[in-house]
Amino acid sequence: MNLLSTHNLSRKFGGITAVDNISFVIPTGQVRALIGPNGAGKTTFVSMLSGRIAATEGQVFFDGIDVTKEPAHLRIRAGMAYTFQITSIYGRLSVFENVALAVRWQTIGDENETKRRVEDALAEVGISDRATQLAGDLSYGHQRLLEIAMGLCQRPKLLILDEPTQGLADSEINQFIRLISNLRGVMTILLIEHNIDVVMRSADAITVLNNGKVLAEGSPKEIHENAAVQAAYLGTS
Amino acid sequence: MSELKKSWLLHLGIVALLFVLQFVLPSYHHASMARIMVLTCYAMGYNILFGYTGLLSLGHALFFAAGMYGLSLSMQHLEWLAGPALIIGLLSGVVVSLTIGLLLLRTTGVAFMIVTLMFSQAGYLTVLYFGEFTRGDEGLVIQQELRSIAGIDLSDPTSRYFAALLLMTICIIVSLRVVQAGFGRVLVAIRENNERTRMLGYDIQRHKLSAIVLSGTMSAAAGACYCLLFGYAGATFASVQYSIFPLLWVLLGGAGTVLGPFVGTLFMFYLIDLSSGLTTAYMLIAGFSLVMLTLFAPQGLVGEIRRRGLRWLP
Repeated sequence: MNLLSTHNLSRKFGGITAVDNISFVIPTGQVRALIGPNGAGKTTFVSMLSGRIAATEGQVFFDGIDVTKEPAHLRIRAGMAYTFQITSIYGRLSVFENVALAVRWQTIGDENETKRRVEDALAEVGISDRATQLAGDLSYGHQRLLEIAMGLCQRPKLLILDEPTQGLADSEINQFIRLISNLRGVMTILLIEHNIDVVMRSADAITVLNNGKVLAEGSPKEIHENAAVQAAYLGTS
Repeated sequence: MSELKKSWLLHLGIVALLFVLQFVLPSYHHASMARIMVLTCYAMGYNILFGYTGLLSLGHALFFAAGMYGLSLSMQHLEWLAGPALIIGLLSGVVVSLTIGLLLLRTTGVAFMIVTLMFSQAGYLTVLYFGEFTRGDEGLVIQQELRSIAGIDLSDPTSRYFAALLLMTICIIVSLRVVQAGFGRVLVAIRENNERTRMLGYDIQRHKLSAIVLSGTMSAAAGACYCLLFGYAGATFASVQYSIFPLLWVLLGGAGTVLGPFVGTLFMFYLIDLSSGLTTAYMLIAGFSLVMLTLFAPQGLVGEIRRRGLRWLP
């Protein structure tokens, strides 16, 4: 059973094709990593999955339904959660309120349930003790974790993480990898990531994008040994 | 005591204080206070959109005037009683804000400001154009004997004061409820980070439209009541000046605070009132005070109090 698939998905910006005819499938429960050099089209691609930007051509299917024409908020409500590459939190609101906003449309007026869900999510990423602080006062690493907590607490079917470890310290990266392995089996995860070490340690399968196209796809081991991938990354071709 | 209880106590306490003031204020201040309370409702309506949702309108006079002319025209030309005319005033606010709101949703940022300004100028010119009915700048005077609802004469200072207090109490309760509810929190989230809120699963456009309609309707309610209580509707109230006033009141009092609009309106009213007693250059004093406040309390008076300790102020 596939949770998410795309069919010939493309996006053009003027004359430039950022994403070129990608057909892509994530089976339910998988931790999938999406890697590729800068400008490969990773963020454009996931923005089309989540509905942040419209596709020029092609279709997106989520949970068996064609969502290509659906606005972003309905895709989120259908069970996608999206965390931003550039930390995008509510700096002037409390950490608690940041996460609460993410779940309130699910708990519909039940503030006790909201509180419970928020506390669970904060505990899961390990920032429970910061709940009453203003989110803007958190360190960068903690803001990244808050961003993830906002996605987690929605209990999505698909969690899209755009460069979650960017700017994190080594200890925080290890904590993040543990978090991902805890979530394995609970939700399907699509991880856009620069840090190859994180990808190799946490992903079940890897898709490599280059110039808007799928360059290679396979298990971490296969990708590691793939000559074309090495060429794209190292620029030796 | 929970923060929720504290904020209800504070706001209802202020209502109670205003109730008591009715019996002790000298007649000049008594009349001023009634006017301030009605204008506060206008500012509270403005605050829903500007303070909480973060949308800066430069054309709220359109909504104020929609209420004012909805009431006065139906009383003057259809010979309706004050009660039904008041409802027409409110409905005018709903219809105008819904229509304009649907168009406004297509704009953001500076374009939003410009479009609100243009619509309200169009409204102002419409009032002048139909001078035969509205009597333009000269305005309509509502006869004293018509200004009563359920046998209560609203031109009488005491009942006028209480009517204004009732309206303001309703607006305070509505504002508090909105701010405490999930809906209000989403409005704040939109103000703080529009894109993030969309990607958390909220329909931004629908929330913005609701905020515009709520804000426009509160402003129209203030416009209709102003006309009913003070017996006059004139084109000045549709002019750009009356679009800027609520912005100033809200900025001074504290955008995004329930009490800010009241404090701002009160402060500005008496600032102009007192300084005009001292000098003919009273706008200079008013302007200077505004500049000082913007420099030293950029979040407004109530916003500053909140920043300095009363974090729970809604």
